[in-house]
Amino acid sequence: MDASDRGRLLNRLADLVERDQLLLATLEALDCGKVFLTAYFVDLMAAIRTLRYYGGWADKIQGKTIPVDGAYFTYTRHEPIGVCGQIIPWNFPVMMFVWKIAPALCCGNTVVIKPAEQTPLSALHMAALIKEAGFPAGVVNVLPGYGETAGCAISHHMDIDKVAFTGSTAVGKLIQKAAGESNLKRVTLELGGKNPNIVFADCDLEHAVEQAHSGLFFNQGQCCLAGSRVFVEEPIYEEFVRRSVEKAKSKVLGNPLSPGVDQGPQIDQKQFDKILELIESGKDEGATLECGGSVWGQQGLFIQPTVFSNVTDNMRIAKEEIFGPVQQIMCFRSISEVIRRANDTQYGLAAGVFTNDINKALTVSSALQAGMVWVNCYNAMSAQCPFGGFKMSGNGRELGEYALQEYTEVKAVTIKISQKNS
Amino acid sequence: MLRFMIPRILPQLCRLPLCRYSAAAIPAPSTKPEVHYNKLFINNEWQDAASGKTFSTINPATGEVICQVAEADEVDVDKAVKAARNAFRLGSPWRRMDASDRGLLLNKLADAIEQNSAYLAELETLDNGKPYVVSYAVDLPHVVKCFRYYAGWADKWEGKTIPIDGDYFCYTRHEPIGVCGQIIPWNFPLLMQAWKLGPALATGNTVVMKVAEQTPLTALYVASLIKEVGFPEGVVNILPGLGPSAGAAIARHMDVDKVAFTGSTEVGHLIQQASGSSNLKKVTLELGGKSPNIILSDANMEDAVEQSHFALFFNQGQCCCAGSRTYVQADIYDEFLERSVERAKRRIVGNPFDLKTEQGPQVDQEQFNKILGYISSGKNEGAKLMCGGGAAADRGYFIQPTVFGDVQDNMTIAREEIFGPVMQILKFKTLEEVVTRANDSKYGLAAAVFTKDIDKAHYVSNGLRAGTVWINCYDVFGAQAPFGGYKASGNGRELGEYGLDNYTEVKTVTIKVPQKNS
Repeated sequence: MDASDRGRLLNRLADLVERDQLLLATLEALDCGKVFLTAYFVDLMAAIRTLRYYGGWADKIQGKTIPVDGAYFTYTRHEPIGVCGQIIPWNFPVMMFVWKIAPALCCGNTVVIKPAEQTPLSALHMAALIKEAGFPAGVVNVLPGYGETAGCAISHHMDIDKVAFTGSTAVGKLIQKAAGESNLKRVTLELGGKNPNIVFADCDLEHAVEQAHSGLFFNQGQCCLAGSRVFVEEPIYEEFVRRSVEKAKSKVLGNPLSPGVDQGPQIDQKQFDKILELIESGKDEGATLECGGSVWGQQGLFIQPTVFSNVTDNMRIAKEEIFGPVQQIMCFRSISEVIRRANDTQYGLAAGVFTNDINKALTVSSALQAGMVWVNCYNAMSAQCPFGGFKMSGNGRELGEYALQEYTEVKAVTIKISQKNS
Repeated sequence: MLRFMIPRILPQLCRLPLCRYSAAAIPAPSTKPEVHYNKLFINNEWQDAASGKTFSTINPATGEVICQVAEADEVDVDKAVKAARNAFRLGSPWRRMDASDRGLLLNKLADAIEQNSAYLAELETLDNGKPYVVSYAVDLPHVVKCFRYYAGWADKWEGKTIPIDGDYFCYTRHEPIGVCGQIIPWNFPLLMQAWKLGPALATGNTVVMKVAEQTPLTALYVASLIKEVGFPEGVVNILPGLGPSAGAAIARHMDVDKVAFTGSTEVGHLIQQASGSSNLKKVTLELGGKSPNIILSDANMEDAVEQSHFALFFNQGQCCCAGSRTYVQADIYDEFLERSVERAKRRIVGNPFDLKTEQGPQVDQEQFNKILGYISSGKNEGAKLMCGGGAAADRGYFIQPTVFGDVQDNMTIAREEIFGPVMQILKFKTLEEVVTRANDSKYGLAAAVFTKDIDKAHYVSNGLRAGTVWINCYDVFGAQAPFGGYKASGNGRELGEYGLDNYTEVKTVTIKVPQKNS
């Protein structure tokens, strides 16, 4: 198939997702618990744009001709890797589905993808659209199932050439081991984070409060990118906490399909229990509970928006990924201190910096060990911009041109010629 | 008198390398497509020329006038440039638009053109004379693919961050150049428009385009689609007009940042001079060619004959990259010549709306006269006229498929671009000789070599001074592959990623930082 036709198919799929946007957003809200308007305007829009973005790359994946020494004509082919296993999480089901299949298909690979057992429905509708769009049989295969069985089978399989996983760091380690135990399949991982969001006294305070709030509470706190350690410079600390608590208290919880609701339930009982347990640890270890701290409502898995202040770096809520609506606000005094503390973690996914000073912005963003650094914003993402982690937040990059490398095998071809001329 | 040769064999046309349709899939055309737009398109509005002047556009199959078209001159060019400059101002909707949205608009334009393919193909055939099956099955699909290709680049044209010495953060922005003048020819009207607009709009420029006076109609219809799909006003402005007035006004305009021209080498010289005399606007040129097509003795004979025939005769011979010097190795020369003549005699010349037609009329009286003049020179200078050699009908600008054998390098027909259905076949002995002779031209647009030998293929293709070299094929184009000339065939490349360079200004930004770390 011409590369440009792979691109046409991806664009056709984008058209079909756009046609079914309402249905997919509703399925997503139902299966995942996320607020419907968010599913419609954020998750689905991102999915459509990412499909179109990679649709555009398909016939632009270019090898090179290379001036080697000697009488040779040498060039590289950028070939697809082959069969790619893809294991995706439950927090952004359809968006994660597209982030995985789009670059893979763009580069000409075939895919075996396992959606999360908590949220299989939108992936299965996508499979129907993939068939409708005209992708040949076998190019995309979608298997709902569990990690310990289906996911494990994929990562151990001797005839899968590459595995891409998004999920917890604990399982990421298992995937890496499985690759080593089986056929040394290529591995890319997008794992957890405990992302620092650093607010300097010279920032636009209201804007920083608002961005730090949405940076943590978005998607019920269930984001690998959540800014879950908010470092605030001492002079504005009290005011920042006060305003953040006010914001947290104003959140409206309820049925995610109802208009006016801005926080839905947590995904399942296991997550629910874990979050509550970590909240208890925060109380036990001496953090100040400013608001929230327990269950909300009579039914379902809702947790009150919770804010802890006076958090110290050694507390569990400061070190472990909570993945829930629990915001930690800590105090700092100097740039060098906050950089050191921000980097003092096994994770390294994202970070935020709020300041109006150009030197602070450039110094801090260069110093942070994070795959994405936002300055005066948070969660600003787009299909063109690479996404991925330092350290135990993962390896490899998704999105942007960089993702193509992860789905390409480079072959160098060298042909003897009788006379080389430049 | 029109010659009706053996009824066309359907598979013949399907061997156009770019054609994926059988004739059965091509809808029967209307031979009188209605003209909806014949004025200047400035700021998303249709306007008469300031002077009120119009010119006629002619149907080359009959010599009859199709309609009057508004004729832009300097005053109108000035208006269009102002509109384009305004659309480009800092903070304008076009400048503030997400790059991915520029891509979305280009994709929508591609969709709109695709939906109107049948009509546009009819209009193209009416105005240009190319056979309808070709307009429909070759030109239109390539136009759509070109827009889709550049739609994909819009949000992928990336600058860099650069590790310079010192405590600095350094990066480049790939910015649009600004107001781009684009002057396009009549041989592939829609396709040339797409090749120009695609990269210019993907990278965020605004455009003042002058279309050829022989073939303005399809470009103007596309202008209506540009407005319909939502390009902001002033981003694309299209002016029908004449070269010496409107074209020259663009080339010397003090507020046009760049000019891109496709046409004759002779006018290319004028464009470059105009840039030097005015504001040093950036110049890219796609000019003429006298492209060598080299057939080695181990080539597949049947394939080489058919491809070489196509290489010269496609589009009535009106291709800048036409393989107009066919060099054939001595031991296969006689057979090749005989087969080529036989093939030329079978070429079906006729009404371009007839689905069986392979060759339509030349585009106008001027070209018609010029080609007949070259044929005369060929006879006078001693080339051997093997077939054809004159007009093919009483009405319209039809010329018989013509083949000259025993052509020598110093003959006029071997050195000058004829741009018509006249094939020159020359003999050679060795590889070194033919590479030298092939390169002995002021042009350097394209070339081809037919051989099964991997080493000879590399030797010859490496040695030819030409922007495109085809091996065992000819006229293979893709939006992804750059195209352009060495020497007097032009400068700069169109298509592919390389095509974006011509529409970009690179800005380096260097910020002092307190402490640089890697």
